[in-house]
Amino acid sequence: MEYFLQQLINGLTLGSIYGLIAIGYTMVYGIIGMINFAHGDIFMIGAFIALAAIIGLASIGITFIPLALVAVLLIAMIVTAVWGWTLERIAYRPLRTSFRLAPLITAIGASIVLQNFVQLTQSARVKPLPPVVTGGYTVMEGNGFSVNISNAQLMIIATTIILMTIFSLIIAKTPLGRAQRACEQDRIMASLSGVNVNRTISLTFVMGAALAAVAGCMYLLYYGVIDFFIGFIAGIKAFTAAVLGGIGSLPGAMLGGMIIGLIEVFWAGYFNTAYKDVAAFSILAIVLIFLPSGLLGRPEVEKV
Amino acid sequence: MAATEAIAASDAPRSVMGEALRDAGLAGLVAFILFGSLVGLVTEPQQEKLVLTYQWEYALGLALMVAAVRFLLDVFVWRRVVPVAAALPQGLMRYKRALLTALPALYILGGVLFLIPSFREGFGALGGSAGFEGEWLSRITTGLGLVSIAISGLFVLITGMLAARLVRIFVSWTRPQAGQAQMALTPQSLTRDLMSELAPALLIIALVLPLLVAGPQQRYAMDTAVRVVTMIMLGWGLNIVVGLAGLLDLGYVAFYAVGAYSYALIATEFGWSFWVCLPLAGIFAAFFGVMLGFPVLRLRGDYLAIVTLAFGEIIRIVLINWQSFTGGPSGINNIPQLGFFGLPFNRSDTGFHAFFGLEFNSVHRIIFFYYVILALALFTNFVTKRLRRLPIGRAWEALREDEIACRSLGINTVTTKLTAFAIGAMFAGFAGSFFATRQGFISPESFTFHESALVLAVVVLGGLGSQIGVVIASIALIGSSEFFRDLEEYRLLIFGACMVLLMTWRPRGLVSTRTPSAVLNRPKPITADIVEGSRA
Repeated sequence: MEYFLQQLINGLTLGSIYGLIAIGYTMVYGIIGMINFAHGDIFMIGAFIALAAIIGLASIGITFIPLALVAVLLIAMIVTAVWGWTLERIAYRPLRTSFRLAPLITAIGASIVLQNFVQLTQSARVKPLPPVVTGGYTVMEGNGFSVNISNAQLMIIATTIILMTIFSLIIAKTPLGRAQRACEQDRIMASLSGVNVNRTISLTFVMGAALAAVAGCMYLLYYGVIDFFIGFIAGIKAFTAAVLGGIGSLPGAMLGGMIIGLIEVFWAGYFNTAYKDVAAFSILAIVLIFLPSGLLGRPEVEKV
Repeated sequence: MAATEAIAASDAPRSVMGEALRDAGLAGLVAFILFGSLVGLVTEPQQEKLVLTYQWEYALGLALMVAAVRFLLDVFVWRRVVPVAAALPQGLMRYKRALLTALPALYILGGVLFLIPSFREGFGALGGSAGFEGEWLSRITTGLGLVSIAISGLFVLITGMLAARLVRIFVSWTRPQAGQAQMALTPQSLTRDLMSELAPALLIIALVLPLLVAGPQQRYAMDTAVRVVTMIMLGWGLNIVVGLAGLLDLGYVAFYAVGAYSYALIATEFGWSFWVCLPLAGIFAAFFGVMLGFPVLRLRGDYLAIVTLAFGEIIRIVLINWQSFTGGPSGINNIPQLGFFGLPFNRSDTGFHAFFGLEFNSVHRIIFFYYVILALALFTNFVTKRLRRLPIGRAWEALREDEIACRSLGINTVTTKLTAFAIGAMFAGFAGSFFATRQGFISPESFTFHESALVLAVVVLGGLGSQIGVVIASIALIGSSEFFRDLEEYRLLIFGACMVLLMTWRPRGLVSTRTPSAVLNRPKPITADIVEGSRA
């Protein structure tokens, strides 16, 4: 029981990170119907920028941790958002009217570029960061095994909940959210009604990249080790999460992220670590076969 | 009135210039944020601790470069403020004519360089006589050496084209076909429309390649050629799936791995010969293709891409972790190598060289492998070309163009996709078992996502569905990676950037024909003759 609870807490933390990345996939897919294959690498860049920001802030003497963390989060979100915007502008916008596979190919190319760019500029070695957020609480104790929740885990889960609420409100209440939903339904009709489609799509990429940057920060604070390759696997898993929850649906992405995180942690905890990725990917295939529109997605209507 | 118009006319370019400047400034700012965050700030582990190093000058330089390029493009290409841009096409035309007249001269130079090796060396040494010294001399020598190789390559290619054209002319003499005039042997008929002989010329060159590259570099050249042809074969195999059936497969390398491991395991465990294992490996790979395809082929294109990607990763993870069966991360060693009809390529008295009374040379084995993979690749091409004319091939191409229309016409889309998937996988299996026997050693390292991306890039850059496009793209890709060997670490970066740029520039690929393979007879012009002809 205690072991189960501990795994549950770990799984929810990991799931929050996947969920934050998955939102970027699901928003972009919802609005322009393409898989932003380079999104995982945007997450990786977010983690690197957060690392630089943490060390930079520490070197100029900001040691009050909550303030420093908020600053790091904001810096990473803004700079990564610029990366996301540039990516859309260079690799996707020129191909928006092209055939279906074209943007996916440029996405793969962009992913290779981003990975190798970071490898060249920041070196291929792993970057270990000593724990910044320390301490924690013991939730339960019993038969020699105590269930702990660390401050970092609490912070990750809390930040995820806050950001999810903010972004859901943006989509539901603001003019930007309305424009996004309009573009999702019918891009041409939306532009006829005065929605600036290009701007809306760009802002979607910016929002997705900002959330990926938050996920990058959380990953960095939770694991403390990053390298240039973390984006690939995390990206596929987050995409799995988005599909599982029903692509195009924001709560679905979060739910899918949680489920993937839990499956992975429980598989590693109860069976073996080696095949945890296989478990996550098999879930993807099974879900797509039996539930092609995901858990919370709308069934797709094919228009001729 | 006239005065205000003049002012407006003089005002207009200035405001356009102003906009260009503003654009350039914005681009510079964005570039500064992008590069500043990753180039300007470098985290380095020093003594168990991460230290931030500042390199603002690099970031600033890159940002200024981006701004300058943006400004120049804006002024000369996009907005065409400056009339130089308008004059450029005409100027280019003049250069084109000059280039065309220079071509025969270049051809003769290429012939000299190719046929007389000492000239090639002398060409490289030109830098020394021009007064260059030290490091620059060696750079220029290598550069000129590469240029001389390129010019000789051009000579070989054009000679191949001429040879192919000659063969065609002789065939038209010996077997005159109805409705086709005999071709005369004149300079015009030899050189007109020579580009249409590209494919036969490449085939002729491929067949005699070991003779062309004879010399001290033969081993290296043939090794590269084997890699190129393997890539071509994989590209042709994937072309069936992506180019013809329009299914995006991001895990193609998984089938390549299945083929390689099937051969390696069967050959090491049971000692069966390569030619028995080859079809088996193909069957296993096709079986895996069906196994993966059957559940997921109902999915829409993008989902299929991700599932195949995940499948590729699953195969790799299983290969790494199933130690007792696959040998784990260290792979399989001592895979039996293919011999020439039972004659091994080694120093023993029963070997290939002893049987034919030749002196032992390790190049023999590479040349033999080259012909084996060439035959396999040509087989792939032959089968694809035939399949495209069968009902199944037509169904693939129809499926690529419009799935809903296909379903309305009664084509079973799932089985059609499944056949494409299985046949594509089978060719990957053949190539995989060839890879295993050539290397003699395989490990999961060779089957990463990067390989899948490379094969996909070959297919896409060549032009989806184009067979000759795959050849050109493979030669360009592997050739350029050999060419830029010194820039090893920048290679993948450049490769990815080329993928993005080529795709935005020519989304349909280098050879962008997508005409259906099967056409009812000939496309007929609808004119009055048809009516008159039918009356008569």
